[in-house]
Amino acid sequence: MLSRTADNLYWLARYVERAEYLARILEATQRLTAMPLAYIGETNEWESAVATAGCAGAFFAIHDEANEDTVTDFLAFSSENPSSIRNCFEVARANARAIRTALTIEMWEAINTAWLELKRFGNQPASREDLARFLRWVQESSLRFDGSAYRTMLRNDAYWFSRVGVYMERADNTARILDVKYHLLLPAHEHVGGPLDYYQWSGILRSVSALTAYHWVYRESLKPWLIADLLILNEQMPRSLASCYENLVQNLDRIAGNYGRQGPAQRQARNVRARLQNARMDDIFQTGLHEFITAFVEDNNRLGSAITQQYLA
Amino acid sequence: MVAFDEMKGTDGAVRPAYSELARWLGDVRPDVLEYRRKEAELLFRRIGITFAVYGEADAQERLIPFDVIPRILAAQEWDTLRRGLEQRVKAINAYLRDIYGRREILKAGIVPEDLVFQNPVFRPEMNGQKVPHDIYVHIAGIDVIRVDADTFYVLEDNARTPSGVSYMLENREIMMRLFPDLFSRHRIAPVENYPDELLATLKSLAPDSAAADPTVVLLTPGVYNSAYYEHSFLADKLGIELVEGRDLFVKAGIVYMRTTQGPKRVDVIYRRVDDDFLDPLTFRPDSALGVAGLMSAYQAGNVTLSNAVGTGIADDKAIYSYMPNILKFYLGEEPILKNVPTWCCREPEHLAYVLDHLEELVVKEVHGSGGYGMLIGPMADKAQIAAFRMKLKLDPKGFIAQPTLALSTCPTCVEAGVAPRHVDLRPFVLSGRDRIRIVPGGLTRVALKQGSLVVNSSQGGGTKDTWVLDR
Repeated sequence: MLSRTADNLYWLARYVERAEYLARILEATQRLTAMPLAYIGETNEWESAVATAGCAGAFFAIHDEANEDTVTDFLAFSSENPSSIRNCFEVARANARAIRTALTIEMWEAINTAWLELKRFGNQPASREDLARFLRWVQESSLRFDGSAYRTMLRNDAYWFSRVGVYMERADNTARILDVKYHLLLPAHEHVGGPLDYYQWSGILRSVSALTAYHWVYRESLKPWLIADLLILNEQMPRSLASCYENLVQNLDRIAGNYGRQGPAQRQARNVRARLQNARMDDIFQTGLHEFITAFVEDNNRLGSAITQQYLA
Repeated sequence: MVAFDEMKGTDGAVRPAYSELARWLGDVRPDVLEYRRKEAELLFRRIGITFAVYGEADAQERLIPFDVIPRILAAQEWDTLRRGLEQRVKAINAYLRDIYGRREILKAGIVPEDLVFQNPVFRPEMNGQKVPHDIYVHIAGIDVIRVDADTFYVLEDNARTPSGVSYMLENREIMMRLFPDLFSRHRIAPVENYPDELLATLKSLAPDSAAADPTVVLLTPGVYNSAYYEHSFLADKLGIELVEGRDLFVKAGIVYMRTTQGPKRVDVIYRRVDDDFLDPLTFRPDSALGVAGLMSAYQAGNVTLSNAVGTGIADDKAIYSYMPNILKFYLGEEPILKNVPTWCCREPEHLAYVLDHLEELVVKEVHGSGGYGMLIGPMADKAQIAAFRMKLKLDPKGFIAQPTLALSTCPTCVEAGVAPRHVDLRPFVLSGRDRIRIVPGGLTRVALKQGSLVVNSSQGGGTKDTWVLDR
């Protein structure tokens, strides 16, 4: 397969995944800020949303204040933000168009339809209901694309590169939430926030669509260390770091098996997976949750460059 | 000037090939046609069959209007066309071989030398250069018009990178989806084997040094090219990689593509990039679309470029008028398909005639294409005619003139119902090492504006499915 085709497939999948994640962040933030102050405390959730989306720098370069209007516009519609939902779909569609031949009809129609519909939603939602509809639509479009890929693609390198894109993006997103919110997830005895944090915790779970999953897995009320466990180590949870790396290893191994050659990308993915498999939440808290997350983000970036060098350049 | 209507002739009696369609058109309710037309448009939009019009902001992707009423050719009409097309393309290839080789035709004084050597599309790099299997034009699009029941004219040869074949294929698919009943009432020769024929042609042209199963790729200028959809469509149907210049590189005279498994040798490049942009080391140094060193690999005989470099000297509008003589010179036969009578303004008597008859002639730029830079005398106003008179006097060599022909018409869906509109036809001729292949049909373009003779998609033309009836 052409390296450029693999590169396009990889980024196409990443951008679609990112759009969905941004929509979830906006939804969760919207929900949180609708609470009376007494329930969530005096935090600026909109600022935290920008940080969780990983674009605080770009945001404050053009806005002075993070509030509902500026953040919604920036994360969802702004053309100045290369990773706004709108731009994610634009770039995804441009990538898809450049490699039409590598996509199935269903995938192309999913992304092309999303792109055409995007034009129907203006740049300025008339109301919160409109915005909510838009955010739902983003998630549905992403699901449709992901589902078409899953159900229609041949199981060959094209599929595996596209999957690698999905899991790289997911791992990155989950790590970013943890990075911004880690202070809320520290074990009880270190914790100073108290019951105010309950809604923050559910907000975190919502942004990775794991609120229901949490209850099924732990059958307990929300405990921050269990949330950390769910997002980091639980392999059943599709957006956990452990699950993302399980999938990354599998898909990278399939590529290597198919090509008959291993490389730095496979080794790096396996190293990180081993670290996640061997870790225990207690130890992570002991050595520092923040340190752990920071190290993970660096590892994840290393894998990103290894994949690029080995296959996509 | 009354145009020949392909359904009703000149006397209003329905011609046999159209009898079933005429009956169907009589029965069908107008809103059904309109509904189907909308449905077709939706399909085109969803599949993403679009093209770009240069110079129009915000029009990066537009649809070519599709007319749901097919254009029909009888089997014997197609037979004549097919023989004529084969003959014409054989002559074009013989001419190119000669021009870049022994130049017999110049010595015989049949084609003026300056028409070749002073032509900007002449490629001195190709002098004495052997091309794989001695074939230059592997994919030709020959534009044909019809003026009466028996007469087809070649309007233009396209021997560089002719486009439009994806519309031929998609139009058929969409028609079969929308009008299964109309199909079952006819016996229509299929066109869907075109991609297979094309791939067989391209593979047959691989250099002798290539592997038994040669690697064929399609080279596109990229997503911003007006025909990008077609490039990706064809690559998909052929099952070959769609590459851009940056995906290829040349090392020690061999062309490779960059793949996820390392470099892979490329044997045949179906290139949809113009000569000028192929190789920045040989042609335009500012080209970002090409591949550095590609020409050296080509000259070393390690890769086939399809079509060959330098075929432009066979299809520009100045050489066109010499084609009948070129054909006779190489094949010793009378042309089966005639040329439109053409005045070459480079010749003083012709120029004088043209200047005297501007009001009735069509004047074209020798190097123009896409229907741009044309004067249609009978439809032009005084100022336009005066402007062309100036242009002609300043640069007579840059122009040819032809009589304003009454292109045949076909029934077409328009706002007021069904009405005749002028059409032309672009069949595609494939020349491989083994033989010439032509799928029955081609792209019919239709001028949707009443009275208009300009069928180019960039100027408001549309397309139709073209049916060749089986015996």
